[in-house]
Amino acid sequence: MSKVLVVTSGKGGVGKTTSTAALGAALALSGQSVVVVDFDVGLRNLDLVLGAERRVVYDLINVVQGDANLNQALIKDKRVEMLSLLAASQTRDKDALSEEGVAKVIDQLKERFDWVICDSPAGIERGATLAMRHADVAIVVTNPEVSSVRDSDRIIGLLDSKTARAERGEKMEKHLLLTRYDAGRAERGEMLKTEDVLDILSIPLLGIIPESKAILNASNLGSPVTLSNPASTAARAYLQAAQRLMGIDVPVSVPAAERRSLFAGFFGRRVA
Amino acid sequence: MNLLNFFARRPTAPAARDRLQILLAHERAATSGQSDLVAKLREEILEVIARHVSIDREKVMVKMERGSDVSTLEVDIEIPTAEPVRRAVGA
Repeated sequence: MSKVLVVTSGKGGVGKTTSTAALGAALALSGQSVVVVDFDVGLRNLDLVLGAERRVVYDLINVVQGDANLNQALIKDKRVEMLSLLAASQTRDKDALSEEGVAKVIDQLKERFDWVICDSPAGIERGATLAMRHADVAIVVTNPEVSSVRDSDRIIGLLDSKTARAERGEKMEKHLLLTRYDAGRAERGEMLKTEDVLDILSIPLLGIIPESKAILNASNLGSPVTLSNPASTAARAYLQAAQRLMGIDVPVSVPAAERRSLFAGFFGRRVA
Repeated sequence: MNLLNFFARRPTAPAARDRLQILLAHERAATSGQSDLVAKLREEILEVIARHVSIDREKVMVKMERGSDVSTLEVDIEIPTAEPVRRAVGA
């Protein structure tokens, strides 16, 4: 049975697109068919993070408006066969997305894929509400930082009231993905701890992604971190989060902060 | 920053947690339909009172005010048979 997942946060820059790419690739690696859909009309970036920026011909709005069919618009990943991308339009206005049009496209995608992952734009406007509209499961990406936690709380409120599921009186499954976590700083009381954020937002934890150099290296290369550097702490955390999404019971561990080795620091070499 | 401050650097995360908890308690009430809450309270309070005395549903006022330290719920119900009763309940 296929599942529609929204990756959302309210606040910008917390790692929605990075997480969409990393989790999408992780699920696809384990043999599930996955499509990642960029809802950030006018500011698309999922194509870039996936290294498919030069392959976008048709986008979500073309499909919604009937100018292209799904076969024309879906971009198959060149590294992982089971992963596809539906890009957002870079030139059109978000008002071109109609609610019925989006519902139809999501229905079509559900017939073809095990996972439909919607990458939400920041904010709480039309693009964000449309991205979450048809979701069965929400991943709330949050940094351990006050403004991100506040915005996540607001988004949780919207997930419980403005989604199709909520309106049908069904429960919306929500998971917290804590990103850019620095265990050392949290331990020293310089950063909100996982328990603090869980206490405040009271939704179950999907995973803790440590602040990691591997993430920037991955987006530099246009390859999700789970493909480009699967041994990194960040990738391992994403791979485990993907397993949890598939219903596999993997205990959540707090990933240790990356340490620069003495020599690496001494010679100024990068440790990735 | 003087030297003493430098050595006695206090953890800031507890402040973040406390500020968020206070702020979000207010924001949740405000966004998840505070008016809805007042309407619900009004109906349920009226129901309880109407069980014991007859009241004029038009002469009822329920007001919620949010302050920084405490919020107050003010319920004003006129009971036509006896003298009017005025109640204020802190919430």
